[in-house]
Amino acid sequence: MFDNVNWLEVGKAGIDTLLMLAGSLTLTVAIGIPLGVLLFLSGKGKLAANPVVNAVLSFVVNVLRSLPFIILLIVMLPLTMLLVGTSLGVLGAIPPLVVGTAPFYARLVENALREVDHGVVEATQAMGGSTFQIVMRALLPEALPGIIAGATVSAIALVGYTAMAGVVGAGGLGDLAVRFGYQRFQTDVMFVTVVLLLVLVQILQMLGDWLVARVSHR
Amino acid sequence: MIRLEGVTRRYSSRAGDRVALDNVDLEIGRGEIFGVVGRSGAGKSTLIRTINRLETPDGGRVIVDGEDITALDAKGLLKARRRIGMIFQHFNLLNSKTIEANVAFPLMLEGRPKAEITARVAELLAQLGLAEHAKKYPRQLSGGQKQRVGIARALACGPQVLLCDEATSALDPETTEDILNLLDQLNRELGLTIVMITHQMEVVRRVCDRVAVLKDGKVVETGRTADVFLNPAHPVTQAMLAEDDDGFDAAMAPVGGQMARLTFRGASTYEPELSRIARETGVDYSILSGRISRIRGEPCGQLLVVFTGGDATVAMARLTENGVAVEAIQKEAR
Repeated sequence: MFDNVNWLEVGKAGIDTLLMLAGSLTLTVAIGIPLGVLLFLSGKGKLAANPVVNAVLSFVVNVLRSLPFIILLIVMLPLTMLLVGTSLGVLGAIPPLVVGTAPFYARLVENALREVDHGVVEATQAMGGSTFQIVMRALLPEALPGIIAGATVSAIALVGYTAMAGVVGAGGLGDLAVRFGYQRFQTDVMFVTVVLLLVLVQILQMLGDWLVARVSHR
Repeated sequence: MIRLEGVTRRYSSRAGDRVALDNVDLEIGRGEIFGVVGRSGAGKSTLIRTINRLETPDGGRVIVDGEDITALDAKGLLKARRRIGMIFQHFNLLNSKTIEANVAFPLMLEGRPKAEITARVAELLAQLGLAEHAKKYPRQLSGGQKQRVGIARALACGPQVLLCDEATSALDPETTEDILNLLDQLNRELGLTIVMITHQMEVVRRVCDRVAVLKDGKVVETGRTADVFLNPAHPVTQAMLAEDDDGFDAAMAPVGGQMARLTFRGASTYEPELSRIARETGVDYSILSGRISRIRGEPCGQLLVVFTGGDATVAMARLTENGVAVEAIQKEAR
């Protein structure tokens, strides 16, 4: 049992996966929320309706979402070099992970904002709230459960993407599974990495659900 | 207090233009409770939203407390809106915030100091009987309690005007009565000018000093509530009032004789005029339908009667002399 498993390597890969996940999720949220808010506000009949801005943003988001992640990884190589100085390791994996996930998350944020009852927006307007206040004080707090649920979905998608990022030398558990488990037929390594990824996904989902329940007052 | 001058609002869509408000003129006095009734789609919602410019009119002016709301820039509008409270049919509370945070919300938007907000919120919650619910969330409250929170929130910035958008339409009759009493009380105690739109005639009958009837974006009738309700001039008003009653068309009753509608107002409502005059003139009468009630606190009654035997004309003249409004109704030949 587990003859081929180098536990030190597994530990290192696990930490790499966690680092990639933490870094890319933070940036995905930081970019996805403002982008989702812009998509929502510029939409038809919304607070800052602007068909041109909406069409452009929507197009960019759709293009990025329709690129298979494996292609994005390769296409992004020069940009990644430019941004973080390397295309390898944890650091090199983060730009493509963010570019691949942030547009997806922005759509989830947009959907969460759409779920907020328009009456709340109207009431805030009637109280003399500015558009900025409506977004910060009413829309985002009301949509928070959906925004967190979206972040959970995105985090789990990112776990899958980190495995693919192994292809361009990113390291991590997925990389271990591919190089040892798949290419060298070390089934035990494959088994260990898959179980670890499964546990990670399970923890992320439970954490997300717990947070959603905590902020949900509907 | 509030004046609408030639207010017009059009919605254009691919299907063509639709006029939601057509050259509406209205004058609402300070400290008045003013009702706007109409069927759905008549333009009530649009009308009330032009007062705080949630809807910007395409033409005309809206003047609130001497200030032309339609001419304000963005910043001036936000300031003006703080002096105009608004409550809604579905309350529109923030589900993510506690009751006290909901009431504090407009004060926070305005950027008042924290200590002042805390004090004002505590005062409002106590005033509206919500103190025990301060830490709860909206979902834990009943509809009536939620509307009370809505009212507390609308009053937080000390407005002179309160707009009520179908504020009782989602409530049961008992809770409606409770909220109407509260609005009535706020009107008396704070001198608050209240504008309410509703399709519930009973609500208008109960609290409105004056009423306007809206149809297809036009004001078709306006006046003191008792005047309009006892003598509705426009078919829409008549129809809405008839639905409010049992809908039974008493004029169809299979009786012969002179039919008349008698309207009593004020103290005469409680006097035995009808039976006294019937006895003196020797006529008999049957009451086909009737209602004795109060309209905005004024006792009034309206009876549909048929006079038989004796001289109905004399009896009707005597009733008129004694302050009862008499309208003889000619039965149509069928």
